[in-house]
Amino acid sequence: MVVFHAVLPFVLAPLLAGLINKTKAVFAGRRGAPLLQPYYDLGKLLGKGAVYSATTTWIFRAGPLIGLAATVAACLVAPLGGRPGPLSFEGDVILFAYVLGLSRFFTVIAALDTGSSFEGMGASREVHFSTLVEPALWLGLAALVRITGQFSLHGVFSTLSPDVWTAHAPALALVATAFGIVFLAENARIPVDDPNTHLELTMIHEVMVLDHGGPDLALIEYASALRLWILGSLVVGPLLPQSGEGWEAVSFVAALAALAVATGVVESTLPRLRLLGVPKLLVGAGVMSSLALVLALV
Amino acid sequence: MPVLVNGILIALILVGLLILGASRMIRLVALQGALLSLMPLLITPHGLTWRVAALSLGSMILKGIVFPRLLFRAVKHAQVRRELQPYVGYSSSMVIGMATLAASFWLGGQLPLPGEAVSDLVLPAALFTILSGLFLVVARRKALTQVLGFLVLENGIFTFGVAVVGGIPFLIELGVLMDVFVAVFVMGIALQQINQAFEHIDADQMNSLKG
Repeated sequence: MVVFHAVLPFVLAPLLAGLINKTKAVFAGRRGAPLLQPYYDLGKLLGKGAVYSATTTWIFRAGPLIGLAATVAACLVAPLGGRPGPLSFEGDVILFAYVLGLSRFFTVIAALDTGSSFEGMGASREVHFSTLVEPALWLGLAALVRITGQFSLHGVFSTLSPDVWTAHAPALALVATAFGIVFLAENARIPVDDPNTHLELTMIHEVMVLDHGGPDLALIEYASALRLWILGSLVVGPLLPQSGEGWEAVSFVAALAALAVATGVVESTLPRLRLLGVPKLLVGAGVMSSLALVLALV
Repeated sequence: MPVLVNGILIALILVGLLILGASRMIRLVALQGALLSLMPLLITPHGLTWRVAALSLGSMILKGIVFPRLLFRAVKHAQVRRELQPYVGYSSSMVIGMATLAASFWLGGQLPLPGEAVSDLVLPAALFTILSGLFLVVARRKALTQVLGFLVLENGIFTFGVAVVGGIPFLIELGVLMDVFVAVFVMGIALQQINQAFEHIDADQMNSLKG
């Protein structure tokens, strides 16, 4: 059972991306790519060779590898359906947030390593926005830790019973909203970034991985699928009651799927924000998280 | 009732933070005022009376409908839709707002209230709204946004009054509302006058009047 829980995210993560794309296709009146398309893409990319520019160094090759490794590490501490992650320990909240930061750091310096001004621009935007996202994530986690008195993600989520919810409803609702925005921003989703666009003026995340190809791109795609899963579980976790029973894994995965569909709906109905409007949204998320922390401290 | 009151107070704080970060704030300030005017209905020591209902309705009409109308009219005449160059930027204003909020919570914990408060959040929320109003008056350049800052300040005082004292005497409350009404009226006219005389409502340039 433990193995099952540990393997589940790694198997199912790309499915979420497929689900989002399917939802968008349905909204647009298209048939859309099959649900399993992300898996086919990964397989296709892994079968290709990679081309490396002569200006790049080992950093460029290390970027996708470390990015994936860090994301896998984060995945191993993230709880699933009331069960602790395989490597869950007291204080893993901090590790969780830092490995996600590490993965982004290496994506950014790999982009800078190409020497392309275009990728440098993307890196600059990514770092700019993540300085605004991280306070929202950190302060939100701090508020949750303060409310529950637990220092591991599993402890936090399993303590959030309906009783705790009624006692701290405003703070928890604020954190959940802030995490929702963090989820959209970190996964380069509309309204912050458009994962499909290749329009140079507007894209953020996509521009940083333009020079990666073949297996490297596959690693990056897989890491971002995992990231979608992990941050999704951060949104879903506080909302579901979790006590560690078997069926909760099912409800957890179902909730993640619902979140993916909701993301698809958001992407189909909302316009992408202007680049100057994005910081406002992210600062707003940070403000909500810090308000939640202040409420939790009182 | 405390759940509802807490909800309103938190909505009040959130709208207050939004106001700090927004360049077009008339509607937001109106929303804040309308939210506030629900407070007397929820905090009534003697149950729902005509007095309380009238107070709530009066402040709802004034703050939610009359003030924004007056200000929108002034805006139309002055042809400024929004603040373009505030002294303190919008994002930094929000961050300062957060610091103010933390300070208000700290201060709220230090001040003992006479009698028992409806909710722990009342004092911090009121202090925050008052302080953010003051901040707006100082940190914005246009006369219009300064008027709005004044309104936010008044909202804070209203929160304080309603929630802490548990219903200020009716006459005093009416008097305050009247004062604010007249003030907004006068400021609306003053805005137009300034605009007619100088073709802008940039209060910063009045500094050059100092000898």
